[in-house]
Amino acid sequence: MSDTSLIDELPGELLMWVLIISELLVFGAGLVAFMGVRLTDPAGFAEAQSHLHRTGAALNTAILVTSGYLAAQALHWRRAARRFAARLALLAAAALGVVFLIIKGAEYADKSAQGINFETHPFFMFYYLLTGFHAAHVLAGVGILLLVTWRDEPRNIEAGAQFWHMVDLVWIMLFPVIYLLG
Amino acid sequence: MKYESQKVAYAYFAVAMGLFAIQVTGGLLAGWIYVSPNFLSELLPFNIVRMLHTNALIVWLILGFFGAAYFLIPEESEREIHSTKLAYLQLLILVVGTLGAVLTYTFNLFEGNWLLGKEGREFLEQPKWVKAGIVVAALIFLYNVSMTVLKGKKTAITNILLLGLWGLALLFLFAFYNPGNLSLDKQYWWYVVHLWVEGVWELIMASILAYLMLKLTGVDREIVEKWLYVIVAAALFSGILGTGHHYYWIGTPGYWQWIGSIFSSLEVIPFFAMMAFAFVMVWKGRRDHPNKAALLWSLGCATLAFFGAGVWGFLHTLHGVNYYTHGTQITAAHGHLAFYGAYVCLNLAIFSYAMPILKNRDPYNQVLNMGSFWLMTSGMVFMTFVLTFGGTVQTHMQRVVGDYFMDVQDQIAIFYWMRFGSGLVVVIGALLFIYSIWVPRKEVIEPGAAKTPAE
Repeated sequence: MSDTSLIDELPGELLMWVLIISELLVFGAGLVAFMGVRLTDPAGFAEAQSHLHRTGAALNTAILVTSGYLAAQALHWRRAARRFAARLALLAAAALGVVFLIIKGAEYADKSAQGINFETHPFFMFYYLLTGFHAAHVLAGVGILLLVTWRDEPRNIEAGAQFWHMVDLVWIMLFPVIYLLG
Repeated sequence: MKYESQKVAYAYFAVAMGLFAIQVTGGLLAGWIYVSPNFLSELLPFNIVRMLHTNALIVWLILGFFGAAYFLIPEESEREIHSTKLAYLQLLILVVGTLGAVLTYTFNLFEGNWLLGKEGREFLEQPKWVKAGIVVAALIFLYNVSMTVLKGKKTAITNILLLGLWGLALLFLFAFYNPGNLSLDKQYWWYVVHLWVEGVWELIMASILAYLMLKLTGVDREIVEKWLYVIVAAALFSGILGTGHHYYWIGTPGYWQWIGSIFSSLEVIPFFAMMAFAFVMVWKGRRDHPNKAALLWSLGCATLAFFGAGVWGFLHTLHGVNYYTHGTQITAAHGHLAFYGAYVCLNLAIFSYAMPILKNRDPYNQVLNMGSFWLMTSGMVFMTFVLTFGGTVQTHMQRVVGDYFMDVQDQIAIFYWMRFGSGLVVVIGALLFIYSIWVPRKEVIEPGAAKTPAE
């Protein structure tokens, strides 16, 4: 019976945990593959990496972490029956998600203007795959945050914040490996 | 049998078992053509035999799913099927369509005709009118079971089963789209072929397995449902983008190699979860159900699906491996054990469970039925090993050394002979299964008085 009690002790939705673990496995495998392929062409990867905007990405990191803090705060406030504050925090978290996407979009537009695409170099294939999948999750996360702003029962907010922290966490893994690793 | 309309399943299971016999016989014939390539080459060429073997498989499995749905939905929803007449009409359409496809293919009738002629797309070769019939039958089915569920009690098992069956029907619509560009053709084609067996069929499998576990082990419904949701989430998460493992070499962009490799590797998880689920339920279960054969098939299903679909699938799903093994006998090994484990055993499990109830008698024929499990399973596992070894040799000679295809085929003939032998065992097992379901009216061996713990 120990397995069920362990699952019962898990905070939040079980299925959200299943999703989070699955996502971490996928992004983790993607990063491992990235680093594996990087070994075959370190010079090419370094050259390709020099085309990235580290400042924009660092800014985006700060934005997502702040947004994650707001989502966590929202749950805290909602549990303290401060419903309005919780909703404001969720909206602000979603808005920061949109800012992240705008900065990311500018980065993609710049790459595209330089004629860089999936086929340019394996580095960029992984870059687009990993950050693109991540951006899609940010977009979904914004939708989920808005949804739980509207339907704001504590367990909904908790599930939304769980998802949003996963999006955070994935970015924190992607940022150093793709943008910074020299 | 609690509900009169469950009787519909009887007809579905009967037709399914008939097609099962034809399917394995076709497989045996194909196996013989491998060792004696000119056998019947004028009368019944290999591509036709292979079509019969694969299409009959799909059709009988689906008929089994339909029958299973008609059997378990009344019990779960606690009401009669919306319309038994429609259910029989649906079966009739499917039988006529199947006969039409077989006759059109075997005698190559109406060659090139838009409506009546075969379409020649592997697995989706049915003439257009048959495809339209399949859609009509599917619509009737969905209407019928959805109405039943909507008016009755909704359980996780029926919800997941309906989700799977709706997905099965809707995804089939891609069979009507046939782009001129061969890469696009294949891309859409997998929307049916892959998203069925590695997507929505897994939902059907999980829900039928959950129903069987509920009945056979007596575990609480809440526990079964929790497992069911986790399995379904894992299956859809990995299976949908796992389609990418078919896009490595068909002309789609290179990033599919990584999407396909990563997501399809995770497809092992739901199959592992299903195996863990089945065994945990049996260990936890308090009920000592008399239908041991159904339990054996259920556990066999979960285990062999994990090995056939999970392990043997993973074996060649990474694109770096698949670059060498693509389309060799490794693929055939995986295909056989995966289909047998996941979907054949599942159907035979629900047949074994439901048929004694539908025939309104005790499960008499346990020994023969369980014997057929071990015969079929050992035959299939042996075939899988043989094809895996043959495929490994083939991969090395053909893809690494670069020998000619036909020279390599001559070199691996010994494996084809052994495969034919194992196929023969499978066919005998299948016939024994059908015999054990329909014929014996008495228990073959009376249970002894001595109490020994089960398993």
